[in-house]
Amino acid sequence: MTLTIRNASKTYPDGTRALLPTDLTVGQGEILSLLGPSGCGKTTLLRIIAGLETPDAGTEVRFDDEDVTRLAVERRNVGMVFQSYALFPNMSVRANIGYGLKVRKVPRAEREQRVDEVLALCRLGDYAERAVTALSGGQRQRVALARAMAPRPRILLLDEPLSALDAALRDSLRDELAAMLRQFRITAVFVTHDQAEALAIADRIAVMSQGRMQQVGPPEELYRTPVSSFVARFIGNAMPLPGSIVDGRLVLPGGHLPLPAGTSGTEVFVRAEDVHLDDAGPLAGTVETVAFSGGHYRIGIAGITGETLFATHPGRQAPRPGDSVRLRIDAGDLLVLPQDRS
Amino acid sequence: MRLTLPRFLQLAVTLLTAAFLIVPAIQSIVAGLTVNYFRGLSSGLTLRWVGEVWRLYADSILLSMGLAVACLGVTLVIGVPAAYALAKNPGRLSRILEEFISLPLAVPGLALALALLQLYGSMTGFRTSWTFILVGHVLYTLPFMVRSVLAVLMAMDLKSLEESAATLGASAATRFRTIVVPNAMPGILAGALTVVTLSIGEFNLTWMLHTPYLKTLPVGLADSYASMRLEIASAYTLVFFVMIVPLLMAMQWATDRAQRISR
Ligand SMILES: Nc1ncnc2c1ncn2[C@@H]1O[C@H](COP(=O)(O)OP(=O)(O)OP(=O)(O)O)[C@@H](O)[C@H]1O
Ligand SMILES: [Mg+2]
Repeated sequence: MTLTIRNASKTYPDGTRALLPTDLTVGQGEILSLLGPSGCGKTTLLRIIAGLETPDAGTEVRFDDEDVTRLAVERRNVGMVFQSYALFPNMSVRANIGYGLKVRKVPRAEREQRVDEVLALCRLGDYAERAVTALSGGQRQRVALARAMAPRPRILLLDEPLSALDAALRDSLRDELAAMLRQFRITAVFVTHDQAEALAIADRIAVMSQGRMQQVGPPEELYRTPVSSFVARFIGNAMPLPGSIVDGRLVLPGGHLPLPAGTSGTEVFVRAEDVHLDDAGPLAGTVETVAFSGGHYRIGIAGITGETLFATHPGRQAPRPGDSVRLRIDAGDLLVLPQDRS
Repeated sequence: MRLTLPRFLQLAVTLLTAAFLIVPAIQSIVAGLTVNYFRGLSSGLTLRWVGEVWRLYADSILLSMGLAVACLGVTLVIGVPAAYALAKNPGRLSRILEEFISLPLAVPGLALALALLQLYGSMTGFRTSWTFILVGHVLYTLPFMVRSVLAVLMAMDLKSLEESAATLGASAATRFRTIVVPNAMPGILAGALTVVTLSIGEFNLTWMLHTPYLKTLPVGLADSYASMRLEIASAYTLVFFVMIVPLLMAMQWATDRAQRISR
């Protein structure tokens, strides 16, 4: 199913403008991630798609060719995984998963067969008869997913499905969830505030900030060609290089950098992995901190900009705090962006 | 464990208190089973007085049970949806409404009865029917049902549960039947037992509302104390105990369960 949203906006009764007019399309079988900091309106948009929130007038939500803007939630046939999972505590795992089929009056034999299928897909076969209160966090998450998928929804909506888990479990379940979503081949919208989650799971990412859609595109595109400093900072933690631009060169306290040709922006950013230690580099600074993190060192350098600039250093040896170093940043790695309107 | 003086005092006070509560009850029960109270146990044991109570007051016992069941039915039908509505719309208005429902708790039963008499006293058919007493009992017990169910509903994440049921295709009525009621069951159970126990034991209000042909169990009890021989009155107490004690125990159990959930 293709989801089309046009001009969607939401103003809460207390006057909070949680979502400003937004357009979005999610293609058949595509997994789209809504990514943004807390309070930017991700859940609001997801709930508008589900039909749990009444959007402002002028909003249009289409499932394929059908306008569902005014269709009640129980008739939209969406599958939703809630942040808290919201499993029914009065039912077993099997009854939870079968609930959607039961209220739709699917005959018993067919219902049992479908539940068994989904149980197997989500590797829950051994727990079918358990009470949901006797499950681990990871198992609960799989039950929530299985319950949403059992009635074969037109679209799957997930609101931070991993955030209720502890950090170690979250990393391992992230890849598992990505694999399961691919297996279902369903159109899905996935809300998260964790960029690693979005990068790992989504085909395309929609970055939101303060109720506004900032940029929508494949993960690589957002990473390599962000359109705003917000996106650059949010995806891959780009660091600002505040300096004046003179004749196509960026003038910093620690030296001059040539800018890529033909740019019109005014703010320059760089990521730590694109800052190289190089004795012949044009920038000079002093090492402030050195942190070893397995495959590489993360080195904090003072004197280049007003703040500490970080470099990811893959070598076997690292300079010590206090050492003077020279840095190189290739012109192609600089992100030159227009000033954010705020 | 050595019996030191403070410990001995503690034990003595505890035993005395227990005796203070239990001895009269035992005495009363025994009195209902002895052939002649004034000659004491030596006169022998008998069930004759219990039989006599049944002969004289069977109507009261049946009326009380009927009233309790009807009262339970009405408080369930009104109280559960009311608690649900209050839980779904938390806010100032709901709090005020909740206090308003609870008002009969603070007003003495006699005053409540007087108000009912003033309001409906002239409607003779209604005034002399058992439903008149039922109205009093419902007013008095409803807050217990509402509060008990409300406490359990507030303790669970009702909104998310209902929303997830809705995305799965359940209409509002289906959600109420399959999600709200089963999950509120411990509260409903605790509320139900409280309502039945209160309705069976209620005296103040019922005494004001009753007519000579409509005596409930406690009103009959007062009547037997006033006009029957001591053995019959005591046997009456025994009957009352037999009915109310299991209810009290079940109520304790259900309330514990409801509290465990709301924690
Ligand atoms: N029922 C409500 N009434 C008023 N304001 C609300 C309501 N729900 C959300 N908001 C506000 O709308 C804005 C967007 O909320 P939303 O829940 O969509 O954010 P989010 O991106 O999902 O954040 P998070 O990552 O913390 O879940 C926030 O400022 C929030 O305070
Ligand atoms: Mg949210």
